[in-house]
Amino acid sequence: MSEKPKLAMYWASSCGGCEIALVNIHEMILDVDAVFDFMFCPCLLDTKIKDIKALEDKAITLTLFNGAIRTTENEEMAHLLRRKSEVLVAFGSCAHEGCIPGLANLHRSEDFLESIYVDNPTIDNPESTYPLPECDMPEGTLSLPEFYDRVSTLAQVTDVDYFIPGCPPEPHQVRAVLQAVMSGEDLPPRGSVLGAGSAIVCEECARVKADKKITRLYRTYEIQPDTEACLLEQGILCMGVATRSGCGAPCLEANMPCTGCYGTPEGSMDQGARMSAALGSIIEVDGKGLSEDELARRFNKILDHIPDYAGLFYKYSMSSSIMKARRK
Amino acid sequence: MKRISIDPITRLEGHGKIEIFLDEDGNVANAYFQVPELRGFEQFCVGRMAEEMPVITNRICGVCPEAHHLASVKALDALFGVEPTPAAAKIREMFYMAFFVTDHTTHFYALGGPDFIVGPDAPASERNILGVVRKLGIDAGKKVIACRARNHNVIKMLGGREIHPVAAVPGGWSKPVTAEMRERIVEVAHQNIEFALFSLDAFDKIVLNNPDYMELVTSDLYMHRTHSMGTVDATGQVNFYDGDIRVVDPDGLEVARYHPSAYFEHIAERVEPWTYLKFPYLKNIGWKGFVDGPDSGLYMSTPLARLNVAGGMPTPEAHAQFERMYETFGSKKIEGDRYQPIHHRLATHWARLIEMLYASERMLELAYDDEILSPHIRNIPDLIVGEGIGSVEAPRGTLTHHYVTDDRGVLTKVNMIVGTTNNYAPMSMSIKRAAEGLINGSVHTGHTGHTEEISEGLLNKVEMAFRLYDPCLSCATHTMPGRMDLEVRIRNHEGRVLSKVRRK
Repeated sequence: MSEKPKLAMYWASSCGGCEIALVNIHEMILDVDAVFDFMFCPCLLDTKIKDIKALEDKAITLTLFNGAIRTTENEEMAHLLRRKSEVLVAFGSCAHEGCIPGLANLHRSEDFLESIYVDNPTIDNPESTYPLPECDMPEGTLSLPEFYDRVSTLAQVTDVDYFIPGCPPEPHQVRAVLQAVMSGEDLPPRGSVLGAGSAIVCEECARVKADKKITRLYRTYEIQPDTEACLLEQGILCMGVATRSGCGAPCLEANMPCTGCYGTPEGSMDQGARMSAALGSIIEVDGKGLSEDELARRFNKILDHIPDYAGLFYKYSMSSSIMKARRK
Repeated sequence: MKRISIDPITRLEGHGKIEIFLDEDGNVANAYFQVPELRGFEQFCVGRMAEEMPVITNRICGVCPEAHHLASVKALDALFGVEPTPAAAKIREMFYMAFFVTDHTTHFYALGGPDFIVGPDAPASERNILGVVRKLGIDAGKKVIACRARNHNVIKMLGGREIHPVAAVPGGWSKPVTAEMRERIVEVAHQNIEFALFSLDAFDKIVLNNPDYMELVTSDLYMHRTHSMGTVDATGQVNFYDGDIRVVDPDGLEVARYHPSAYFEHIAERVEPWTYLKFPYLKNIGWKGFVDGPDSGLYMSTPLARLNVAGGMPTPEAHAQFERMYETFGSKKIEGDRYQPIHHRLATHWARLIEMLYASERMLELAYDDEILSPHIRNIPDLIVGEGIGSVEAPRGTLTHHYVTDDRGVLTKVNMIVGTTNNYAPMSMSIKRAAEGLINGSVHTGHTGHTEEISEGLLNKVEMAFRLYDPCLSCATHTMPGRMDLEVRIRNHEGRVLSKVRRK
């Protein structure tokens, strides 16, 4: 039997949902096993880091790298797997755009230590002990990876061949990508986004869209929305209009808004900016006979109903946004 | 001092490593279970709108997002001062049962189970779901895949997505159940019951009927006498979605029973400088270090712990299995209905399968309940209380979310104690105990007197000590024996063949 191409999957700062997304191709797992030597995946397999270090460079044909880059260890693994892989894919929103871990960029790094290890309802830490990068114990020194001030995407620390968006990528898209790889088709140009569309989620959403004009905003807990009409037109901040297509709009089918996990749409540089622009064009204030100040005041009054635009508009793309992080 | 590193530890969810120090005689001086990761949800959720939390906290764990989704929304119910409608509460629980079945399936067949099914000393490349399928046969493998597939399908049907669901809203659920959906769920629940019985039967054959394994299971190597914690319903039986928290001491006597919203009166967390994860313990007893016994505040919160604190399972088949397990270990009845706790930690694998059966039976009960079809699925809140605590039993332990907001419902404080964290100190102890029992001068010093390499299989037995807790575990199957005849070429963007494989 010829040696099968090696397939690896690794998690950096992530949740494990990408691994589940891979496993949720269900029966097709049989095909993947037939084609690949799936040889590294801490979630499922007993291969250790030393085994990866022992491989020749580019020994792994395809590495699906999920998770954001938050610690020195995450970055070391990114470099190691880049070196050992022929094709390195940023798999899922964390590796692609920073995802939920990237929300950490809205806070100062020192605040984390405070809220987690000192100031919370169950903590017992009178001496303010913090985890240390190097800790001398009676038997020897123990080390922990250090945190960077900022959560980065995979492409911000190493060369990435392809990107698969989604938190996590929908299993039908994972299936489609693997099918394409296994069919021997030429892969698209390096740097391409795979397993997603090039439009926006609205294109996949079955809801009836009419004239997008809204006079007030609602938070999701405030109303039970109509199940047929566009949520944005009902005043709920659905991110579909500023999110790449490919998921099939399942959240909308559950009568909940798109929260933006497929990330920045094709041709746009910043998901939040895209959403802000969309919002600006659909909020309607009856401005007849009003001064500019009064107009602005009324406009702001509508906007003021939502207290956290950063968290809503950049929930999945803070790390890759133009701002990247809160400015001090 | 000589040191052995296991990095990363594998077949679990998340990052971890083990550092074992050996003294001059080659005996274990100490073992540390380090968690080198921190994403900091407690901090970066501050400033977010509270109602976003069921979606944000899903991302704590992609393996058990359903648990976070529900603990979170229960915290929101309290925070917004609103009860879920009766139909919504039942839909949430039914959704949760589908999740429990798939999650426990994953652990038994892909994560913890391979150590028994394939064998603790089997080659590392075999000790995984692929090896399991080789051992049990392709039909069993297909059963596992089918079980995961049908339950993820139910999760999507009810919750909107297979992974990271979206349907939980304060006061209810975003989507009603149709008659058609219910019909499908009834069918799935029946298949789940059958699959759970099949899995218990496999456990009988592979473990209970194997004297070597039973010796391992009942040995001191994997035993600790800690407190046990779990959620019980009003009658003192197991419940995953709602109830009181009960804590029993190592002899089974109740030392606490409280509403989850009082968790901070009962649990405290200790910080050690060599790891990012905190160590919870029972506040009223106190932190006495990494030791077990009634005077130490350490407790476990696992499938075994949940059964240890309960009078039984609320469904008939699961209850019969519950009794059989305690009888097998020779536990006596105490305080009326309960059994003396089991402390042989490898029995957790058995408890997990009994829970899988309970979840399957409970799913069927709920699906047959006519109220599940009610269109009244949401109560809309009309105030912001400003604080809320919610809890469920996650597959790997009691999960608590605690939120505080300002008067606009913007989070100012977040605290969470997740299932696995409860067990951090017990896991650390179990790893050390296993290492001490398995690694000593005589084991790895050959007749030449030179230290020989400690076998990989032996280190795997050390890893089995944490794996039985199913630490925030993970996914399922990676590979199955393929049976297709095909040739595949993998090309880069220039069309260059990177790899070619032919398989018959």
